[in-house]
Amino acid sequence: MTKTLTIDGVTIPFEDGQTIIQAATAAGIYIPHLCHNPEFTPHGSCKLCTVKVNGRNCSACTFPAMDGQEVINNAKDLNADRQKITQMLFVEGNHFCPSCEKTGNCQLQAVAYHLNMLDDHFPLFYPHRELDASHEEILIDHNRCIFCTLCVRASHEQDGKDVFAISGRGINKHLIVNSETGLLKDTDISASDKAAHICPTGAILIKHTAYQVPIGKRIYDHQQIDQVTLNSESEHDK
Amino acid sequence: MQVFIQDLIKNNGYQATDLLAVLRAVQAQYQHIPKAAIEQIAALLCISRTQVIGVIEFYSFFHLSPRGHYDLLISDSITDHLLGKHQITAYIEQALQVKLGEVRSDGLVSFDNTSCTGLCDQGPAALINGYALPHLTPAKIDQITGLINQQIPVSAWPADLFAVNDNVYQAGLLLSQTIQHGEALHAGLERGFKETLKELDISGLRGRGGAGFKTATKWQYCAEETADARIVVCNADEGEPGTFKDRVLLTTHAHQVFEGMTLCAAIIGAEQGFLYLRGEYLHLYAPLKAVLAERKQAGLLGNNIINAGFNFDIQICLGAGAYICGEESALIESLEGKMGIPRNRPPYPVTHGYLGKPTVVNNVETYMAAAKIALNGGEWFANVGTDKSKGTKILSICGDCAKPGIYEVDFGTSIQTILDDCGAKDVLGIQIGGPSGTFISNTEFARKIAFEDLATGGSFIIFNNSRNILDIVNNFTHFFAHESCGFCTPCRVGTSLLKNQLDKIVNGHGSAGDVVALEELCQLVKTQSHCGLGQTAANPILTTLERYPELYQAQLKKISYEPGFDLDAALETARQMANRNDAAAHLSQLED
Ligand SMILES: Cc1cc2nc3c(=O)[nH]c(=O)nc-3n(C[C@H](O)[C@H](O)[C@H](O)COP(=O)(O)O)c2cc1C
Ligand code: SF4
Ligand code: SF4
Ligand code: FES
Ligand code: FES
Repeated sequence: MTKTLTIDGVTIPFEDGQTIIQAATAAGIYIPHLCHNPEFTPHGSCKLCTVKVNGRNCSACTFPAMDGQEVINNAKDLNADRQKITQMLFVEGNHFCPSCEKTGNCQLQAVAYHLNMLDDHFPLFYPHRELDASHEEILIDHNRCIFCTLCVRASHEQDGKDVFAISGRGINKHLIVNSETGLLKDTDISASDKAAHICPTGAILIKHTAYQVPIGKRIYDHQQIDQVTLNSESEHDK
Repeated sequence: MQVFIQDLIKNNGYQATDLLAVLRAVQAQYQHIPKAAIEQIAALLCISRTQVIGVIEFYSFFHLSPRGHYDLLISDSITDHLLGKHQITAYIEQALQVKLGEVRSDGLVSFDNTSCTGLCDQGPAALINGYALPHLTPAKIDQITGLINQQIPVSAWPADLFAVNDNVYQAGLLLSQTIQHGEALHAGLERGFKETLKELDISGLRGRGGAGFKTATKWQYCAEETADARIVVCNADEGEPGTFKDRVLLTTHAHQVFEGMTLCAAIIGAEQGFLYLRGEYLHLYAPLKAVLAERKQAGLLGNNIINAGFNFDIQICLGAGAYICGEESALIESLEGKMGIPRNRPPYPVTHGYLGKPTVVNNVETYMAAAKIALNGGEWFANVGTDKSKGTKILSICGDCAKPGIYEVDFGTSIQTILDDCGAKDVLGIQIGGPSGTFISNTEFARKIAFEDLATGGSFIIFNNSRNILDIVNNFTHFFAHESCGFCTPCRVGTSLLKNQLDKIVNGHGSAGDVVALEELCQLVKTQSHCGLGQTAANPILTTLERYPELYQAQLKKISYEPGFDLDAALETARQMANRNDAAAHLSQLED
């Protein structure tokens, strides 16, 4: 007999070893997320994917699916919290979308659209953060890093390197790269690495490609992130 | 330096798990971790340099740029504030000619804040090159200034500067009489270790570190895991401001704590144990090592313990200034030589702990109690306390009272009784369980110390009517922002937002909606954070807002909009650049 759980009252099947988000994606249900990507070990840090499991808040990207769980996902209070968490990510960094190369292709921006975020809500931090333009083909703009560690995991798990890491504590967290000089050009990254293409925001960009796709013709200019994500991620899970 | 590091790492057996120990030694020797050291350590331990940098930048006691040869850290805990931290700080700045937060230009001295040092009953306190300096007075500062100016090494300073007192005022089940060395182990062996676990179950002992999980159940779960190795960890991180009872237990009752750990090892089948000792308790490191050596000599540790055919050893690992490492899974990460970031759960430490092995993590007091229960039986313990909270609780009482120190009370004891015992008068309120706990007002003294009423890991801070509640809350809120590990968004960003929002209100820049916004933010941080730190970081605000809403409201301006900062102060740079200071170059805040 297949095991099942319910999400917002809909019964869905799952396999042992799946997390709640994997079971949901396979069943065509979108749970908002940023640090999760089915290709890599889950991290559980952004907290956008928080769902209520039998009344308790859990991260859907790390919490195992279990028989008979009652999961609440698309609820007003949860989405309100998700919106605030997204706003936190915006005010913590410097995100000036209209002048950002990634605009329209950015998952942070797209999640914000999806959650109907209309302002920053919180006071902006305006942190002082640097650019690392040392590499021929790849740019790091620390202003837009949300510490999801996808680049860290992609480099380690897929590229077999350790180009990126998150260092520091608390609000002083920052992305560092693995070279004696601390510059990207002195690491062993290459533009074909998965890590160079995984960033959900505009923090890691491939140079010289910025406006090849014009604004207005980009992914989230036409589609909502839930559809885009379900299409690509359920493909991966197969 | 190259030889120093080479030898160091060789002595440590090239274990990546020893990264913190290696960095502690390099920091002590060179006042920082030089770039070349990072490269060498990474190469010798076969880890990436980013892991080394990550760890350095995570822990407060590691630095990438040099500290002074004499690094003085003053405790910024509210308990030290009550004892005159501000005055002594000003005196130190004068005497040593160094500003708080700076390194003196000759590189000899540096001076900074640090989180609670666990000397709350004998503050204001500081650390000099990691060693505890209790009870600072102007006279002592003069003496210390002399020693520093003559460049006398800290190891040669007079011992009385470092004399830390136990201050035990009330002993109960545990403290009134400690067991003889080995007594609990022999009792366990005679009864049978399985039966002894049953006694522990009967005793109803729940964890003393705060969460209150039933100890026998935890040990049972760990024992039931199929694994070829199991681990016993004693959590002596004691970072909750206002808590210092574990320091006293490890000073005077270390044998019994180690005996409790050994008993646990015998019951669950572990051969390896760790005492995770907070860096602030560096002064306990050498004496504790001596106790371990003594126990090994006596056949109470090592191979074939009490001739019962089981082996167990304990290693002491020092922290490096990070409150989050008291959280058990962050503690395990730290033991593994990593940043102290709480893990995702499940899996729990009892199934996947240190290096993936089933691991029991318990508080110092829990092990101490377990040892005595093995000797005296479960009923002996269960006869004391309440239905849901058996036995006694060892409290660290500090703040405004006549006799701050250690009090062991039966669970169920009322707050009023405790206040009478320690000589507290004219009380405004009490912070119970530290900043992560609850602030109670002076109308609640009939309440009781118990898991089902007022739970506490030991912290009990008393404030009299001369104290300002918002100052207290502000100190705690800054503490959490400083200590958030930064892993999850709600806690990383939320604790900083709470700090800024509270500063805004306390400094009189709050407007009508700001208290509501503050409360909303509190709820978000509380319900969405990854671990206990974030989940409790808003408690100081929430528990005082609930009791004293008028205090917060009184801080607000009546107008509906008030700039969130001081307009005039913000113009200072512009005035300097324009070289002006006339009336027209100043702005008044918006009128009420
Ligand atoms: C932020 C944080 C700090 C903690 N600090 C400590 C501590 O210093 N000592 C301690 O024993 N438990 C601490 N705990 C609780 C531990 O995670 C864990 O529950 C405890 O060590 C288990 O031991 P016990 O069952 O004997 O209480 C802390 C928890 C959190 C979330
Ligand atoms: S990275 Fe995304 S959110 Fe940030 S500025 Fe660019 S488009 Fe906006
Ligand atoms: S650079 Fe991008 S992928 Fe890497 S941690 Fe930051 S936001 Fe995530
Ligand atoms: S997607 Fe689950 S925490 Fe980020
Ligand atoms: S996750 Fe870092 S503080 Fe809780």
